[in-house]
Amino acid sequence: MKLVVDSPPSPSSSPSKRPAFTLLRSSLATLAFALTCFASSQAETTLTIVSSLPKTGSANAQATSIANGIRLALAEVNYKVGDATLTYEDWDDSSPARGNWDPAVEAANADKAIQNPSVIAYLGPYNSGAAKISMPKLNQAGLLMVSPAASWPGLTKPGLGEPNEPSIYRPTGKVTFFRVVPADDLQGDVGAQWAKELGVSSVYILHDGELYGKGVASMFKKGATSRNFSILGFDKIDPKASNYRSLAVKIKQARPDLVYFGGTTQTNAGQLIKDLRASGITSKFMVPDGCYETAFIESAGAEAVQGTTFITFGGVPAHQLKGIGQKFYKSYKATYKVEPEGYAAYGYEATKVVLNAISRAATKDRAGILAAIADTKNFDGALGTWSFDAQGDTTLRIMSGNRVEQGAFVLAKILE
Amino acid sequence: MIIALIALGYTMVYGLVELINFAHGDLFMLGGFCALTLLGALGLAPLPSADQIGSATWWFSCAVLFTVVPLFCGGLNWLIDRLAYRPLRSAPRLVPLVSALGVSFILLNLGLFWGGVPIEAFDMGASAAAPKDFPQLVSNTNLLGESSFILFSPKDLLVICVTLPLLVVLVLLVTRTQFGRAMRAVAQNPTAARLVGIDVDRIISLTFILGGALAGVASIIYAFYNNTIFFQMGYRVGIDAFTAAVLGGIGNLVGSVVGGILIGLIRAFSDQYISTEWTNTVVFMILIAVLVFRPAGLLGRSAKEKV
Repeated sequence: MKLVVDSPPSPSSSPSKRPAFTLLRSSLATLAFALTCFASSQAETTLTIVSSLPKTGSANAQATSIANGIRLALAEVNYKVGDATLTYEDWDDSSPARGNWDPAVEAANADKAIQNPSVIAYLGPYNSGAAKISMPKLNQAGLLMVSPAASWPGLTKPGLGEPNEPSIYRPTGKVTFFRVVPADDLQGDVGAQWAKELGVSSVYILHDGELYGKGVASMFKKGATSRNFSILGFDKIDPKASNYRSLAVKIKQARPDLVYFGGTTQTNAGQLIKDLRASGITSKFMVPDGCYETAFIESAGAEAVQGTTFITFGGVPAHQLKGIGQKFYKSYKATYKVEPEGYAAYGYEATKVVLNAISRAATKDRAGILAAIADTKNFDGALGTWSFDAQGDTTLRIMSGNRVEQGAFVLAKILE
Repeated sequence: MIIALIALGYTMVYGLVELINFAHGDLFMLGGFCALTLLGALGLAPLPSADQIGSATWWFSCAVLFTVVPLFCGGLNWLIDRLAYRPLRSAPRLVPLVSALGVSFILLNLGLFWGGVPIEAFDMGASAAAPKDFPQLVSNTNLLGESSFILFSPKDLLVICVTLPLLVVLVLLVTRTQFGRAMRAVAQNPTAARLVGIDVDRIISLTFILGGALAGVASIIYAFYNNTIFFQMGYRVGIDAFTAAVLGGIGNLVGSVVGGILIGLIRAFSDQYISTEWTNTVVFMILIAVLVFRPAGLLGRSAKEKV
């Protein structure tokens, strides 16, 4: 049996460490081999895929659903690509103290992935703020990263975020971060377009001050300005406040047609809409995809969001997917007996595209797979047929607008 | 006003044993979960139908809530005192403080666990840590008319109608009754109090029960008012209440209520005229300013250093 253990040196690993590395790796592989395979003498290598998602906190339902999507994609190929055996580890990047993603945990996850030489893909994170932390680390290690959900434009697109973005996330200058979800610059603009179609002409914009929330709110503002809406306010809320009644009074005086909140369930979207309704504001309420999860409806109460709350989402709901996507939806429901959350299909798609890259890779190691995935063209996946552009973004542009009826999300409109 | 209710609990315990009970906010949070669970058991969660409000079931449920939840919180606070604070009574003052922090974390995680108990009937939702919707048991109708910008709903009325009488009762309790006299004696000098035949431990236990019950009442009012409970809510509310207690003069009951109302007003004005993102800064700057000029708080008398 010959173990394929070698990989071209990554920029950061010093040559002196390599023999020890190789030794460690081959002994690990031998151990895994001895423990798991008796029949197949063809298995040559074990590749590990890890995911880093917020599983402690209210994003848990979403994160678990994404991990289920990943497992489904792996189970379809029986955890094998060619003669490589795959293993999957489902990591948590949140902490009980924050009830949300935690910078320290995300950093530790990135280090852990880098130090395990069998890890060839890092799926995640869910939050753009978390991506900022792991991206430079994984970039230096030359480890592929595919996010199913992080949508801050600055992560990949020059000129849309801070002036030093995205180059600070790419210390080696190479693109190692890919995402299967469209970025927020599209979502904010699409949201503004939808608002216009709903007959809105004045908006009051709120955000939670986080990278994602403030980002998408600014993009919405840009879209709203270019459509000549009157912008009645642009305020940051305190995401930990117990209520927003005095803010609601201020908004009531401004009489907007629509209140936009750039934020997530975790930054108190539920309480906000509840207090707006409680103070008698009947304006429409629009939120981005950070609220596209059942936890949002639960925390707001089905009554407060009924009918007049609009949720944009960077894709279409799973049950509306066609072809491979429809097959995914059916097998997800059959396997897990529940409806997939909004991003489950993206977890599935991210895994599929990684598997595709592994099968095409000339060498089954970090660098080989990275080179292969960058070359993804006209990939036929669950979300449609798409490619990765030079910055690692998906070429998909399709989005959906959703409403809440009787405590469940319903598709209102496909937005493009 | 809700802040004031919680601040009362802080103040009572501090006045007696000079311990800042950090676990108070989290106790309050558990009260909220207890209330939601009870409602589920009574069939009012997740959504009460409109005709249930004001009906006999509704009155019955409220009566149950206002009895069981304070009892639960009072009992829990008694237990906390018995296990975590009493053994440390003669230790340096920093030790029970650390112990209080520890209890706070235990309660926080208990809340996280409670939210995750998958009991369908109680409808706690899919995720343990998600904020939970608390049913709308008191109407939101604006008593000043729907077009008015000043929002004064039955909820606000409820808060006032609970806080002010409670304050009066507490003040009377402390100043007029034998228990109150014993409390003040213990606060002044535990050893001397023991010498004249007061069961110091019993008085302290009773105070913890009373403080816990106050947190229980506050948690129900909070849940009625905001309609959301969340395992981390105790932390923020606790800080606000502690600030209110310090602002008003910790150890002074009326001061706590005044401090609570002041903080509420400052928040509202800052949200309206400055910007929501500066509200916390404004609140704490005012607190610091007050403490610089009146270190004992607005209504506090500067305590003579105990020798």
